[in-house]
Amino acid sequence: MEPALTLRCRECGREFEPLALHVCDFCFGPLEVAYDYEAIARRVSRASIEAGPTSIWRYRDLLPVADEHPVDLGAGFTPLVRADRLGAHLGLRDLWIKNDTLNPTGSFKDRVVSVALTKARQLGFKVAACASTGNLASSVAAHAAKAGMESVVLVPSNLESAKVMMASVYGGTVVAVEGSYDDVNRLCAELTSEHPSWAFVNVNVRSYYAEGSKTLAFEVAEQLGWTAPDHVVVPIASGSQLTKIHKGFRELGLVGLVDGTDRVRISGAQALGCSPVATAFAEGTDIVRPVKPDTIAKSLAIGNPADGYYALKVIAETGGGCAAVADDEILEGIALLARTEGIFAETAGGVTIASLARLVADGTIRPDERVVAMVTGHGLKTIEAMGDVAGPSATIAATLDAFDAAIQVEGDLIATAPREHS
Amino acid sequence: MTALIRIPGQLRSLTAGASEVPVDAATVGDALRALDAGHPGFGERLFDDQGNLRRFVNVFLAEEDIRFLQGLDTQVEAGQTISIIPAVAGG
Repeated sequence: MEPALTLRCRECGREFEPLALHVCDFCFGPLEVAYDYEAIARRVSRASIEAGPTSIWRYRDLLPVADEHPVDLGAGFTPLVRADRLGAHLGLRDLWIKNDTLNPTGSFKDRVVSVALTKARQLGFKVAACASTGNLASSVAAHAAKAGMESVVLVPSNLESAKVMMASVYGGTVVAVEGSYDDVNRLCAELTSEHPSWAFVNVNVRSYYAEGSKTLAFEVAEQLGWTAPDHVVVPIASGSQLTKIHKGFRELGLVGLVDGTDRVRISGAQALGCSPVATAFAEGTDIVRPVKPDTIAKSLAIGNPADGYYALKVIAETGGGCAAVADDEILEGIALLARTEGIFAETAGGVTIASLARLVADGTIRPDERVVAMVTGHGLKTIEAMGDVAGPSATIAATLDAFDAAIQVEGDLIATAPREHS
Repeated sequence: MTALIRIPGQLRSLTAGASEVPVDAATVGDALRALDAGHPGFGERLFDDQGNLRRFVNVFLAEEDIRFLQGLDTQVEAGQTISIIPAVAGG
């Protein structure tokens, strides 16, 4: 059944029809999907969700489009893994990793794009477009291919080669723009006015798109046996994911599926080279001043975060914190996660793990809390960042002698001469 | 100085559909006030009660965010383009 929806301005409360609108035409505030939670509570149950598909679409009652055949590559329902080895390293007794690297195009963006393109198709759009720091581009191109839609994705020209290659493989139009993501985003906002027949997933259908991130909260709670964690750590680029994870937990309480979701603390993770939200948090102001990004965490390099203000509010209201970590900490975070839990994350995941470590060290996260860290993109997307951190232990001739010369084995201990850096 | 203001789709109802409006102004703030004088309705949408730009309004001069320049006091040169863009996009 199609849910009854309206779009409501978060700033002035004006209501709009559920069309391809993303800002209030009075105050420019963001429009957000508003639901009839009493009606949803009557028809949704843990059993009805558990009987659904193993994807984000098991939560369709809490998503802004109820299509029998969504534009779906299988996004979501990724593993929530208990991370005892990483937890022991950091001094946490109950740490979990939401491994969202395991989505169809390798990042959480598949969640939001599946929702956005299903809604876009329902609204009659034939072209999908976006401004992207890389992960979104691939996801839009892939889902558009699946849906038989045209796609136009715009990315900063300095992006990691794997992301550009991946976005290009699906047959859509990929435009590399000279400038930062914020330049790309401004261009897309202007293109939206000139091409109103294109669905820019994170511009004119952003209100629907953003709702897809709520499924991270839904899954975490379901995978914890329909209970709420104490604390979640979320990377911040635009701030949309963090605010929607908060909305997701709140909704689980509103429709009676999970208790205690209003007590979940939410902390943010940013790269030091692009930390407008962490800076505002540290200064105790609610004004998020834009910055010019300079970080290896390119997927988080948004200097002018659209939802920064709301992310900051969520962090403050839930009693969370916000860390900003340097590039070398990000690489250490990637290596630490890989070496303790066998999960290879992209630079944004390194930001999350390094921020988690910071927030434990400064006492924001308590050792006994049940903590979930959101690891949202696959390491293969940013391998060039790992050049000095990982590589072969030795390169040898194909002989036993060469192996014995390069690799020292004593019982279960295996050692090598230090790897030579190029 | 004559500058050109680019109007976002959401506000073209105020300009009878025009996507660009020329104004004579010395600063970005003057330009936006001139826009409101010629097309009433812009002022209350762009500025709050204290006369500051609303939280979700971004203004660019020649493709640069005016917050990286001198804000509303930024000088405008003849022929430059000012863009009004909703802040809520991206990510």
